[in-house]
Amino acid sequence: MAQRMKHKWGMVVDIDKCTGCQACVVACQSENNIPLNTEDSFHQRRAMEWIRVERYWEVPDEYRDRPEEAPFQDVKARFMPVLCQHCENAPCEPVCPVFATYHNDEGMNVQVYNRCVGTRYCANNCPYQVRFFNFWEPVWPERLRNQLNPDVTVRSRGVMEKCTFCVQRVRRAETKIEGQEDGQITDKSLAEGNFMPACVQACPTNTLIFGDLEDPDSQVSRLKDDPRHYKLLENIGTEPNVIYLKKIDPRRKEDEAHG
Amino acid sequence: MQEGRSLTDREINRGLLNSLYQNPKWYWGSVTLLGVIVLGAMAAAGYMINQGLGVTGLNRPVMWGFFITNFVFWIGISHAGVMLSAILRLSKAEWRRPATRAAEVLTVFSLMTAMLMPFIHAGRPWRLFYWVFPYDWARGVFPNVRSALIWDPSAVFTYLTSSILFVYIALLPDLAVIRDRSTGVRRTIYSVLCLGWKGNSRQWKLQIIAGILLSALILPVFVSVHSIVSFDFSMAIAVKSWHSTIFPPYFVIGAVHSGVAAVVIVMALMRWLFHWHDYVRPEHFDALGRLLIVVATGWFFFFVMEFLFGLYGLEGDEISVKDFLTAQAPWSWWFITFVGTTYFIPVGMWLFKSVRRNPWLMVVACVSVNIGMWLERFLIIVPGLAQKQLFNFAWYTYAPSPVEVVIIIGTFALVSMLMLLFAKVFPLIPIYDIKEGEILKQEIKIGRRTVPAVIRED
Repeated sequence: MAQRMKHKWGMVVDIDKCTGCQACVVACQSENNIPLNTEDSFHQRRAMEWIRVERYWEVPDEYRDRPEEAPFQDVKARFMPVLCQHCENAPCEPVCPVFATYHNDEGMNVQVYNRCVGTRYCANNCPYQVRFFNFWEPVWPERLRNQLNPDVTVRSRGVMEKCTFCVQRVRRAETKIEGQEDGQITDKSLAEGNFMPACVQACPTNTLIFGDLEDPDSQVSRLKDDPRHYKLLENIGTEPNVIYLKKIDPRRKEDEAHG
Repeated sequence: MQEGRSLTDREINRGLLNSLYQNPKWYWGSVTLLGVIVLGAMAAAGYMINQGLGVTGLNRPVMWGFFITNFVFWIGISHAGVMLSAILRLSKAEWRRPATRAAEVLTVFSLMTAMLMPFIHAGRPWRLFYWVFPYDWARGVFPNVRSALIWDPSAVFTYLTSSILFVYIALLPDLAVIRDRSTGVRRTIYSVLCLGWKGNSRQWKLQIIAGILLSALILPVFVSVHSIVSFDFSMAIAVKSWHSTIFPPYFVIGAVHSGVAAVVIVMALMRWLFHWHDYVRPEHFDALGRLLIVVATGWFFFFVMEFLFGLYGLEGDEISVKDFLTAQAPWSWWFITFVGTTYFIPVGMWLFKSVRRNPWLMVVACVSVNIGMWLERFLIIVPGLAQKQLFNFAWYTYAPSPVEVVIIIGTFALVSMLMLLFAKVFPLIPIYDIKEGEILKQEIKIGRRTVPAVIRED
């Protein structure tokens, strides 16, 4: 059996490619047994979206102070998928009294549902607002019961949940690929075995790129130092493992150079 | 020198035990009424536990609301007991005597009530046994000692244990007094409870030493408890307006402020209900009022400092919370109410001696303090959370649901009911302490000078 590799899972989100189609949101909902977000749950502000697409309207700089006057053809819709940033220095982790959330040795911020007692301290302490609490017992319509993913726990009420980087798929990759003689997890083997997280697999424009930051050949390792890279709320010092690549604006000179 | 007529031992025994032996009409009526309110709150809590936390007003940014506010409030009230008993006992303030027991008992009951709140707050009380109760060795998961939520129950349980001991040690001589006056089962129960108190000099010595030792040992616990409760907030990095180093002293002094005010309310009530006019005298309210002016002003200093510290850093998030509090209705109205009721109204009243010596005006001022202190905790907790939507820039808010309101009212009824029930079985004013005070009051004339008859040996 091959020497088990050390992994550090990470994701690159190329904002330039995102069209805001929400395929990642739907894929995530169905892969991870997330309860249906009804109109009611949005009104209660208790909707669960492990990955969400934030939408912004951008106006030219000269209209910054009076956006409503900008000519419509210059107003751009901007999209930013936001998911758990799997921070290396996560504010949510030290505050959990029962280790329901902790950092595993593969760089993931994991959530152990059956340990969670529901203090909700982690959600208070998450600057990205990507933690979701089950205020109600989740229910699915009868005809959707059979679509529940058997690899993912169905959470009960009173439990905190969030993006896991589809840890069930990553674990399957580790057993299936690394279980073989000389098996090595690469971008290619992850993609071929359908081991990528559901959002990554569903993304039609390859906005979301998942991989091993420890593997120098992986796409994420190459992109993480791209001149366009930034991290969300970098100033807080959470050191996320999700790296964003900024939008290329053809109207700006410096962006063209990075191309 | 104290006011009031001097009382004989016989009068003191009769007077202070009347809460045990008399059955006024109002007593069982009010206990029943409070009990019904508590039952209503239990039903609301049961409904919430059955349905899920969805029945509360909590939502995604505001994950902590009324329950945690109430938790901090009752922990704050509990700071009265030690403040009055331990500090005043060690500093030998004579006027503490009638206030100590009520303050200590209020400490115990408010701590118990406070500890109920996290259980209700988490929504699945049976799960909390994984939290701090018998450590879950079976799964090999030790609680996360980095979490303020582990420090918090450790501190509060230590405080609860030590204050129960504190109350009990001070109760021993009084229990023996009741034992000597009862028959049958009551006698057996009180004999067991008073641990064979005979009142010989060795027992008195041990009891005094234990009281002083506990007073001294409980003081660090007292300071640490509310500091640690404030860590629940100040350790949160992501909530900018919580993440402040001034919180521990600010919370401790706020707790003393609301706690001492609560003791004044309890004292005025028991003076009225049990006709203890000879024991709880205007001079005691006067002394407490003067103490409260100092505490309130100390609190006000920290309040202003906390506000300034928030602005001093010039951090956008923190400034926006302060702006939300002071300039956006309806929050600005709550903020003005809070500052007025916590400081300006009561301190303005306490400045007048005639107010300080009037129990009912003191109650008005102290109720005002406690309304303000409840609002203070609420205005620290909720606006800090509500402003957090960093990516869509929206301010979310929080409005409590009826379930939460009923549970909160229930906690007030619970503490009042427990105090009344306690008064039925134990004297709320320490009998031996009053007698000691009477002895120390006696004076004799030697030649032309009047000197105390007894000098305390230290």
